[in-house]
Parts: sequence; structure tokens; C-alpha cells
Amino acid sequence: MADAAQNHIVGEHPDLLPPKTEVGVWGWMYHNLFSSPLNNFLTFFGLFLIWVTIPPMIDWLFIDADWVGETRDDCGREGACWIYIGVWFKQLMYGRYPDEDLWRINSMYIIGAIGLIWLVWPNLKYKGWIGVFMLFLFPVACYFMFSGGSFGLERIETPLWGGLFLTLVIAVVGIVASLPIGIVLALGRQSKNMPVIRAICVGFIELWRGVPLITVLFMASVMFPLFLPEGMNFDKLIRALVGVMLFSAAYMAEVVRGGLQAIPKGQYEAADSLGLSYWKSMALIVLPQALKIVIPGIVNTFIGLFKDTTLVLIIGLFDFLGMAQAVATNPDWLGFAVEGYVFVAFGFWVFCFGMSRYSQYLEEKLHTGHKR
Amino acid sequence: MKLVNKLAVSAALVSLAFASVTQAGTLDDIRAKGHLQCGVSQGLPGFSNPDQSGNWVGLDVDLCRAVAAAVFGNANKVKYSPLSAKERFTALQSGEVDILSRNTTWTLVRDTALGLNFAGVNYYDGQGFMVRKDLGVTSAKQLAGAAVCVNIGTTTELNMADFFRANNMNYKPVVFEKADEVVAAYDSGRCDVYTTDRSGLAAQRLKLKDPNAHIVLPETISKEPLGPVVRHGDDQWFDIVKWTLYCMVEAEEYGLSSKNVDEMKSKTSNPQIKRHVGTEGDMGKSLGLPNDWCYNVVKQVGNYGESYDKNVGPETSLKLSRGVNAQWTDGGLQYAMPIR
Repeated sequence: MADAAQNHIVGEHPDLLPPKTEVGVWGWMYHNLFSSPLNNFLTFFGLFLIWVTIPPMIDWLFIDADWVGETRDDCGREGACWIYIGVWFKQLMYGRYPDEDLWRINSMYIIGAIGLIWLVWPNLKYKGWIGVFMLFLFPVACYFMFSGGSFGLERIETPLWGGLFLTLVIAVVGIVASLPIGIVLALGRQSKNMPVIRAICVGFIELWRGVPLITVLFMASVMFPLFLPEGMNFDKLIRALVGVMLFSAAYMAEVVRGGLQAIPKGQYEAADSLGLSYWKSMALIVLPQALKIVIPGIVNTFIGLFKDTTLVLIIGLFDFLGMAQAVATNPDWLGFAVEGYVFVAFGFWVFCFGMSRYSQYLEEKLHTGHKR
Repeated sequence: MKLVNKLAVSAALVSLAFASVTQAGTLDDIRAKGHLQCGVSQGLPGFSNPDQSGNWVGLDVDLCRAVAAAVFGNANKVKYSPLSAKERFTALQSGEVDILSRNTTWTLVRDTALGLNFAGVNYYDGQGFMVRKDLGVTSAKQLAGAAVCVNIGTTTELNMADFFRANNMNYKPVVFEKADEVVAAYDSGRCDVYTTDRSGLAAQRLKLKDPNAHIVLPETISKEPLGPVVRHGDDQWFDIVKWTLYCMVEAEEYGLSSKNVDEMKSKTSNPQIKRHVGTEGDMGKSLGLPNDWCYNVVKQVGNYGESYDKNVGPETSLKLSRGVNAQWTDGGLQYAMPIR
């Protein structure tokens, strides 16, 4: 029987295009979106959800939104009122920090940004010196710049600190301090022949990991002052910072311990056989490998810590989120809390996404063949 | 024996440490540090909220400013500690703040067991109901069978239950965790009635799509007297806060305001006003303050009515009428003890 469509010689390979259902956009859709009745249903349901949510959201966020103006009367109620964010921008960014001293924060932001970019940019010189500067001199400089009281700078008390600035202060202090403390704790917990140190480390980690951060902050702010005689009152921000630091250090310790356990015994023995001391073998052989493995875990803890800083609201510190809630209570601007929350969510997302991308870049860069 | 001694000594030390909290002369401490530390809310419209230049403003804030004016002759020598509802009393007990002016309801337990003293009432609040106008309801007694939006776990919820049970009415509570959720639910029609403190109703109403389509019913179903608080153990400081509040209230009664107080001070022959502004008598001295303490309060902060009108009154967006907070001469509850 002769096939009408078959116009090539039998036995020779025809140069026909593959069927449309196998390649290209249609092929991809056929295989991934419409391959079964269930998938058909899920595809249409997904499209329905997108149609229901995205256009109104874009309308609210951009099209119906009010962008220019100065008072609440310039805002219709159909869309978002971004005028509100504009009016309160300074508070959301810096809290109640005095206007004429904002340059102190901004200049440290710029120095910090330059230092960070220098450190993460590949193939720049003097990274070691910049690193030392950023780790040791920069925090001290920040302390003097932000709180003042010396070098002719006016003293600005911490209750005036707030907004994104305060969030960054708490998060950066927590992040920078938790890694070294966490490494030391992890090494302590791993040490086989020092039972006392080991017990202290285990006790510390289990105690701090066993309580919620909100309890730690609450103890620091409410209970702690009752135990002190009057007149001896630590700054509330310092109490919160110490709490956050110790709390995140305990988590970090367990993350690092995971990395230490992943290093084969042979590596430890190799370091010993080279005659390296304990600290040298840790610093040169074990930790570089261990930390590289646990980069995802470390960044996970950092991101969690960054978002947990919003809990300081319950002890009366106005971080980014707290400030958004506080300014929403101004009688002239009642009813725009949602805009504030959206703005804060966007701010947090930018920082967390940035950390996440950098950690992925770092994993790629340090990748030496262990990755699956 | 030795151990017992040691224990006794350490116990004495501990009690001394705690005693120092209560016995210290608050006034001297404040003078020494140069400012008043005032505990306020983390944001309650009209009572204490940040304004656009980053300052705290509100009825509760004005009271702190008044105390600073009385003590220092300068209403700006105040620093604010925004406190959450949970930590407010500890902050006062531990000496972190000198005065708590944070819409705190005066109750027996707080006044006694918590070791606090309420220095008066600067706002008589009470729980009320808000409904849609087109519902045609004019009294809370007509709310049988209504769905009521309310904050969970507050005294508001309990007061409401009491009210409906006392009046033999059914109701359907619709509870939420946060005020914003309650308002959103009410606005979207999930319930017929919204209940919270009347000052709160006024504030939340502004968040509705069409604030004018709603009315607040006349009934007030609970007593919420809000006032400034100090800790036990320093009667002089307690007196200062108490009489600063009276000074503001009485100034209004006598018609003294920040605008005319200078004129009255120089011209008046009325002995009451003379005592008030400190040109006669030793009122300030009895409190341990300069004699023009009350003049400074009125001059720099204003009388009670001025503060009320500026922060929560009918001219503000909150539009709270004076109601029970009017002077006793106008049928309200604000009654200042005589300064003499």
C-alpha cells in the first residue's frame, strides 16, 4: 500500500522537521503544561489566579496610585498613596535622628558601601587591609559617628535612632559578631579533650537555642533592669544588641559544627602529620573547607537574623517596621498603613535577596569540585 | 553562724538595692540629669504619636511637657521612651522612666499590687460602638443579633460580652488580633458593629473608605480613666505630677490660656489667679518647685482645654467632642482640686 505522504526512498532518512508538538514553544507547553488532565486543570487554575491577583495589584501599586502631592487630600483612595511614603521617608530611613546630623549616618553608609564593594569585587588590591579596616576600625568609627559625644560631635541618644538605620545597625552587629563567636563555640563543642570548655559551649548553645528570640529581648529589656541597682542602667539598644548577638551566635555555632563534621577525618590527620598546631590546622586546613560547605546555612542564619530584628519593636525600639507602624498612627495620616507595610516589605526583600545572590556567587567562586 | 551572717548581709544589700529604686528623690535625680524621662505609647493617634518633624505630640505628651515646664521652666527638657503595653510598668518600676503617660487605665490592681500611683485622669475614655448610618440604629440596645468586630484578648472583648449578656441580647463576635484587621473587616461589611474605646473609634473611623457613613452610638459601656502614673515611694514627685495636671485643668476653669497668661499675670487682682501664676502665696515652694511653676506650664504648654483641642478636639482629624472630659462647670468630669 502506497502512502501518499511518503515521498522519499525507503531506507533513506527523511529530512523532515520534528512534529510541532515536540519542539519549540508548543512542544514545551505540550510537555510541561498540558501533558495530562490534571496538568491542564492546574495550568488553567494558575492562569486564573494570576489574572485575579496581578492586574489589580499593578493597578493599586502603579496605575491608580498617587505619586505627587503633599497632604492626605492629594490621595484618592483607589490606589496606593505613595505620597505618604514620601512625606515620612526621613522617619522610615533614620527614625528621629536630627536632620542636621544625618550626614553622619550617610557618610558612614558611603564608606561602608565602598568598603564592602571593594571586598566583594574580584581582583582588587589591598583586600587584606580593607578587610582589617572594615572589621575593626569601621565599627569603632561608626560608634563614634552615630552616637557622638566626642570629637566635637553632638551626642545623639539611641532612642532617637530608628528606621532602616536601626535595622541595619542591629543586623550588622548581629551578623558580624555571631560568626566569630559561633566558630569558637563550634570548635569548643568539638573539642574532645577539654571537657570543661566543651560543657560550657554545649550549655551556652543549648540554652540560647532553646529560647525564642522574643524572650531574650524581653528579658534584656524588662527583667534585666530590675536586677540592677538604680543609676546603673545600660542603654536599651545595647541590651538588645547583646541579646541578638548571643542568640545568633548559638545558631551559627551549630551551622559551623555541621561543616566541621563534614570534613573527613583524613584532613585532620593530614594537618597533624604536617606538624601544624591546633590553631594552625584549624585556620589553614579545616575551617576554610568547613565554612565553604556551610555557606548556604550561614547565609540562611544571616537572613533569618536580619528579619528577626523586627522583633525589637516589642521592647520599644523603632526599627524599619516599627517606624512604619508608628508613623501610621499620626492623626493626619491615618489609614495608610498598608502602603507603609508594602514599602517595608520591599526594603527587606532587597536586602535579603542581595545577601542570597552574593552567597550563591560565593559558592560558585569557591567551588573546587565538591559540589554535586 | 557565719553563713547566716553572710546571708543576712546579702539580703540586706539586695533589699537596699531595691529600696534605692523607691526612695530616691526623683525630683533631685531629674534636676541632676537635666531632663525628664517620659514613657509614652509606641503610637496612639492624638495621645502620643510622632509628627512629621520627628517630635512626639499628643495629649499624653503634653502632660510630660507640662511637668518639665513645672520643674525646669522649659517644656522641651523631656526625653521620650516609647513603651509597649507589656514593658510599660517595668520601665517605670526600674526607674528607666520618671513618669508614665501612656493611656494607662487606672485600676485597683495597678494602683496597689504593681506599686504604682495614678496622679489623676487626663482623659476619661470608655468603650463605645460604631455602626453604619444606613442601618438605622440609634442605640446600642437595638443591637440584638448583630455581628460585632472586636480585638481578641482585650478588656474590650470582655466588656462587650458583659454588656450583651446584661441586656439579654444575642450577638456574634468576629475577633481579630490587630486593630487594622478589625477595621478592614468592619469596612468590608463582615460585621455590623465595631467596638473599642471611644477615642480609638474616632481614630479608626478615619481609616474607613467613607468615614461619614458611620456613626458612634451614644452608649458608653465601660470606664477607662486614663492618666499619668508614677511609682510608689516618692510622695513629693507624686504631688508634682498630680498638681501639674490640676494646674492645667484649673487654668482652663479660670480662663487662663497660653495666650493671655502674661497679661493676666501683670494685670489681675483676682487672688485665685495670682496664686495660680505664682505672684501670691508659696504654692511652688510647697511642691519643691519655683513659684512660677504653674505659670510656666500654662505659658509653654497651655491649659487642659488648649491641649485637648490641639490634639484630639473637634478641630483635629479625630474630632472628639469634650463630652465627659469637659470642665465640671460645663457638666463634665474634669475637676481640679483648688491650688491654694
